[in-house]
Amino acid sequence: MNMELSRRQFLAAAGAGVAGSALGAFGFGAVESAHAKAIRDFKLVNTTETRNTCPYCSVACGIIMYSKGDLKKGESAEIVHIEGDTDHPTNRGTLCPKGAALLNFVKAETRLKYPMIRKPGSDKFEKVSWDDALDRIARLLKDDRDKNFIQRNNDGVTVNRWTTTGFLAASATTNETAWATYKVVRSAGMLVFDNQARV
Amino acid sequence: MTNSWTDIKNTDLVVIMGGNAAEAHPCGFKWVTEAKANRGAKLIVVDPRFTRSASVADFYAPIRQGTDIAFLLGVMNYCIQNDKVQWDYVKAFTNATYIVKDGFEYKDGLFTGYIEAKRDYDKSTWEYVIGDDGYAVVDDTLTNPRCVWNLLKAHVSVYVPELVERICGTPKDKFLKVAEMISEMSSPTKTMTSMYALGWTQHSKGSQNIRSMAMLQLILGNIGVRGGGMNALRGHSNIQGLTDVGLMSNLLPGYMTLPTEKEVDFDAYMSTRGFKPLRPNQMSYWQNYKKFFVSFLKSMWGAAATPENHFAYDWLPKLDVPGYDVLRAFELMNQGKMTGYVCQGFNPLLAVPNRKKLTDSLSKLKFLVTMDPLDTETSRFWENHGDFNDVETAQIQTEVIQLPSTCFAEDEGSLTNSGRWLQWHWPGGTPPGEAKTDVWIMAQIYSRLKELYRREGGAFPDPIVNLNWSYADPGDPTAEELAKEMNGRTSATLYDPTDPSKVVVEAGKLLPSFAALRDDGSTSSGCWIYSGCFNENGNNMARRDTSDPDETGAYLKWAFAWPVNRRILYNRASADLNGKAWDPSRKLIEWDGQKWAGYDVPDIAPTAKPSEVGPFIMNAEGVSRLFARGMLRDGPFPAHYEPFESPLANIVAPNVRGNPVARVFKGDFAQFAEPASEEFPYAATSYRLTEHFHYWTKHVWVNAVLQPEFFVEISEELAKEKGITKGGWVRVWSKRGSVRAKAVVTKRIKPLICDGKPVHVVGIPLHWGFMGAAKKGFGPNSLTPFVGDANIETPEFKAFLVNIEPIAGPVA
Repeated sequence: MNMELSRRQFLAAAGAGVAGSALGAFGFGAVESAHAKAIRDFKLVNTTETRNTCPYCSVACGIIMYSKGDLKKGESAEIVHIEGDTDHPTNRGTLCPKGAALLNFVKAETRLKYPMIRKPGSDKFEKVSWDDALDRIARLLKDDRDKNFIQRNNDGVTVNRWTTTGFLAASATTNETAWATYKVVRSAGMLVFDNQARV
Repeated sequence: MTNSWTDIKNTDLVVIMGGNAAEAHPCGFKWVTEAKANRGAKLIVVDPRFTRSASVADFYAPIRQGTDIAFLLGVMNYCIQNDKVQWDYVKAFTNATYIVKDGFEYKDGLFTGYIEAKRDYDKSTWEYVIGDDGYAVVDDTLTNPRCVWNLLKAHVSVYVPELVERICGTPKDKFLKVAEMISEMSSPTKTMTSMYALGWTQHSKGSQNIRSMAMLQLILGNIGVRGGGMNALRGHSNIQGLTDVGLMSNLLPGYMTLPTEKEVDFDAYMSTRGFKPLRPNQMSYWQNYKKFFVSFLKSMWGAAATPENHFAYDWLPKLDVPGYDVLRAFELMNQGKMTGYVCQGFNPLLAVPNRKKLTDSLSKLKFLVTMDPLDTETSRFWENHGDFNDVETAQIQTEVIQLPSTCFAEDEGSLTNSGRWLQWHWPGGTPPGEAKTDVWIMAQIYSRLKELYRREGGAFPDPIVNLNWSYADPGDPTAEELAKEMNGRTSATLYDPTDPSKVVVEAGKLLPSFAALRDDGSTSSGCWIYSGCFNENGNNMARRDTSDPDETGAYLKWAFAWPVNRRILYNRASADLNGKAWDPSRKLIEWDGQKWAGYDVPDIAPTAKPSEVGPFIMNAEGVSRLFARGMLRDGPFPAHYEPFESPLANIVAPNVRGNPVARVFKGDFAQFAEPASEEFPYAATSYRLTEHFHYWTKHVWVNAVLQPEFFVEISEELAKEKGITKGGWVRVWSKRGSVRAKAVVTKRIKPLICDGKPVHVVGIPLHWGFMGAAKKGFGPNSLTPFVGDANIETPEFKAFLVNIEPIAGPVA
């Protein structure tokens, strides 16, 4: 057997009820396997484990998400448990009061599910399809850009800037999202552009 | 962070000032505990409040918020006066020996060249004397009165313990104890780490707060060593990454800068980015700027970026002002000069100062688009929630489109932590309802915009329709495709410039690292500092090998750290002029006679001789800067300035209000309380609680149970003076707004005596709003002033003035 089991693999294996056979390989024999059989299976044994990192502060603690269903197999997946990753060098399995409640963030009642639109003067959001919402946004952006884009300044210098619509980027999206966002925003000539680094 | 979370275990002294790691970064703070338990390290906390970090400190000293520079210059003065300086490090690795131009001086709170009307300096004297050989003139004996060291010594000499006590309210004996403990770290075999966060950045002189400590760390020889460094504890999981990738008004990825309209063409732009070395033999790594820049333009516009069109230089927008940061954005909105705003995972209605101004501004927009996993206050700014959001809905003509995005658990990609580790993560759950990833949303908006321009034409469509967007599914690029694009690749075979028969990288390959970048258009790289993150070895950000030879805390095979997997920046400075570790027990990299090697990726050319090439390779000097030349707007040295709203006038410069070069918009100055205001006599500050993260966890019922309700924190003395009872209701108001809260009357806050007068501190946590699972409440931004740091516009959230009174509670 692989003697270089990581801390997490060892804990998972022990929990999953195969500790008997693993310990058997160390020479403990039948007593442990009989004992192991008497213990009910680890509750998370039929879940899919996925590695992730906590989205809150910048310590970036390692976490393991346990799901019913496997996205990699094309199934839908429901996360049922989140805990600290014991192999992670920084947090070594620990989580703070925020990270420990991550499951309830994923499942918060105020998670948004559908695109919505609030019309001028209205007192409510109304459901809208993605296509309609995105078409509307593209139209609003283009109309404003066409109207207010500055190709040359008063000295005749090419400046190609757009300052009447702005973009505020996030604090927790991935670097890959950041790069895609950067390309879209900058190629449009937008200068009113910032992220949440300061607040 | 120059170092990493796991490196903190190697320190001898932790100074937490401008942060509260025990509560805001609990699992990172465990490495402080580790250092205390296993090395006997000590912890000092300097803070207006006796925080949980303070409660486990070896020594705690109170300080008035907004006076950190006076304190730190005081410590520097103590070290200099008591010869507690790591001299070999200072002489060889800093610009202490450099001679400064005649004419430069500091007087009455101002440096040479102040132009009051512009709130700016003419910085022409803030420069070195350049000799006939083209290099900066130095005096290795430190006897020249114009050398940086002697100017610094004179500059800090006024900050004696008595003055520190008058300004900061830190009793002299406590200040001296801190100064003495810190000064002991000047030994080459002792190191101190600085852990700070928004307690230092959110001031009108935030950059100089940090610079003060960085200078102190250089004087003590603590930069580049294990257990040392300047460690910014970033507040969110990926603001490090968002900034690295350049999502700010004036930035390009990798800390390059967007052209201004004065840089009329490519050559004019490059002419100020030569980074010619200021001393012989120095690397001055930014000399490679053109390679980074051209490779970035190739990533943006691919085949359309050619040598003939200067790689599409004209397609980048050109700035007419230093930057359109979030404060300027809301100012423009308020002036009616903006049409639309898109907020991606950002809730400015609670995060930006002067809430009333924000609501007024958003109400003047034609449209607002939000993308967020949560139902944010910003997306519902138009909805009336009683006095928690008292708006006239029908009057607000802004069209709002609220888009549901996935959260971390449903998304794939990398986040960059405080220690610059890019850690890949994988999705484990199906998004709720119709929520979509941000990448999908951005790609869909882009595709539609491009199609509209193709169909209808319009204002200068070239940069949009020619944007390099060669993903397998243009409507939904994968995280891996985007990561590879940031890493960069070759479009032609690269040959060794010194031996053209040798192939360095074949055509069409991912780049091994940024060392392979070229300026002729044969390479592309979206973010040069990330190059190496996803190369022909695979996705290095996904690595999860926990090996750590000799347990140095480096973990070189866990994920990927920028640049080139280096874990401690400036690590060449961990060794002396002969290339031997200052502290043999904390060896990091050493010179073996031919090359540098050790536990970390060397931050120097592998064969650069230690006696010749300085360790600070990004600086044209090759050394670090105690004197910052003209690189900061508010001075080459830090100086004490009061916050714009302060309980007392500036003692060292009574005529200077706030930071003399901070940008203040016209209407906002009128909304500042006067110094030593009788109307607003109390010094307020904002902070986080350990049970909450920003404005997110009020949506999480567990955290909403743990800390359900908005409160403010005051001392027993102030409570008695104002007749406020424990748990009683109070109204707190500033010149900009008013909130009501329950009062937590605590021993954690004590009045400070500043210049003989008591100063009461009011603490205001920031986690409440009108959406989510927690009780509705207010935040500090209803009260805070609309002004930012002079260099980077971080709003002054940490020091402002309020008044407080007891009120009858709401009817239950």
